[in-house]
Amino acid sequence: MNKSRRNFLKIAGITAVGVTAGKFIPAEVKDSTAQLISKNSGLLKKGTAVKTDSKVRLAMVVDLRKCKEGCTKCIDECNKIHNIPNFGESKDEIKWIWKEPYENAFVDQENFYLSDALKNKNVPVFCNNCNNPPCVEVCPTQATFQREDGIVMMDWHRCIGCRYCMAACPYGSRSFNWRDPRPFIKNINPDFPTRTKGVVEKCEFCDERLSQGLPPACVEVCPEKALAFGNLNDPESDVRKLLKENFSIRRKPELGTNPEIYYLV
Amino acid sequence: MYDSGKIIIGLIIFAGIFTSPFWYDLSGGKEALKAPVLVLPTKADQQVCVNTLEYMRADHMVLLNDWRYEVVRLGDRTYQSPDHKEFNMSLTGTCLNCHANSAQFCDQCHSYIGETPYCWECHTEINKPENMQ
Repeated sequence: MNKSRRNFLKIAGITAVGVTAGKFIPAEVKDSTAQLISKNSGLLKKGTAVKTDSKVRLAMVVDLRKCKEGCTKCIDECNKIHNIPNFGESKDEIKWIWKEPYENAFVDQENFYLSDALKNKNVPVFCNNCNNPPCVEVCPTQATFQREDGIVMMDWHRCIGCRYCMAACPYGSRSFNWRDPRPFIKNINPDFPTRTKGVVEKCEFCDERLSQGLPPACVEVCPEKALAFGNLNDPESDVRKLLKENFSIRRKPELGTNPEIYYLV
Repeated sequence: MYDSGKIIIGLIIFAGIFTSPFWYDLSGGKEALKAPVLVLPTKADQQVCVNTLEYMRADHMVLLNDWRYEVVRLGDRTYQSPDHKEFNMSLTGTCLNCHANSAQFCDQCHSYIGETPYCWECHTEINKPENMQ
């Protein structure tokens, strides 16, 4: 093979540049790459991990034995105080709390013969405010994020309406505002913002009430006292006591999202 | 010079069109844009703002953005003013308590400089008739 002097010098030059280039990559680029890799490897084994490092881990317990058929007090109160619009059709319904037949809420409970109490039961379902929320993982703008106490919050200022979170949520807990919701709100509660066209919304465990030391509105308003709310990391809390004394199930726990709403059946 | 007549006429027409705004202004023209007129709160207990006048004039948008960040993302709802007074960080709850009518306060300057913030698409303006309960 004939090599001209010119070609030899060209190749030698390119090789030299290639070999030395690695040394000149700024440290922060290297760090962020390493972080990205470690973050993604964390994803693989995340399924079973429970974040227990924070002091507060908020959760709700729903006693289905007490929850009355046909009662929608919690839903009505939630809709009222959170300015939830009623578009008058189910296609673009906005849901923070709603009722779902037991078989649909707990698709993983494959028992063919259900007890009569559960067979035609309509179960109140919420955003599970998962301990390992897939919606937060996919949000490209960090509009949805997890607070220290476990609440999966929405920052409506940042939401760009891409609906990745809705695709990621295995519970259908998120709703999208296809239209301007304002004209569809009967009485606007001035203490809570409305939403605008093109943002996603969901239950946030009434963070605005928690900040005033009040329990979530649904818990307070339930006439049967079927809902309990508290800190899972506190062994003396209502929720821990209920979970200690009763058998509980959660929605689709096999997905590894660690839902924070427990149902007593 | 060839075609001097055409060129000179063309130049005169050009100069006329080029300076037309000045002629329009000299012949009366349009009225100048009115300076914003702010309706300020009059009640005695509404005379203290969350920060100094200079700061609010120049940087109220920074303050509101900080409030948004702290309330929504950090869950901290109490603001300490430079003179150590505490305020609830809320646009509807605190700002609008004194500046009750955005059309007579916020919009005055915003319209003047052609700024259209979208606060009121979500935040409730308590004093708007259609939002009254």
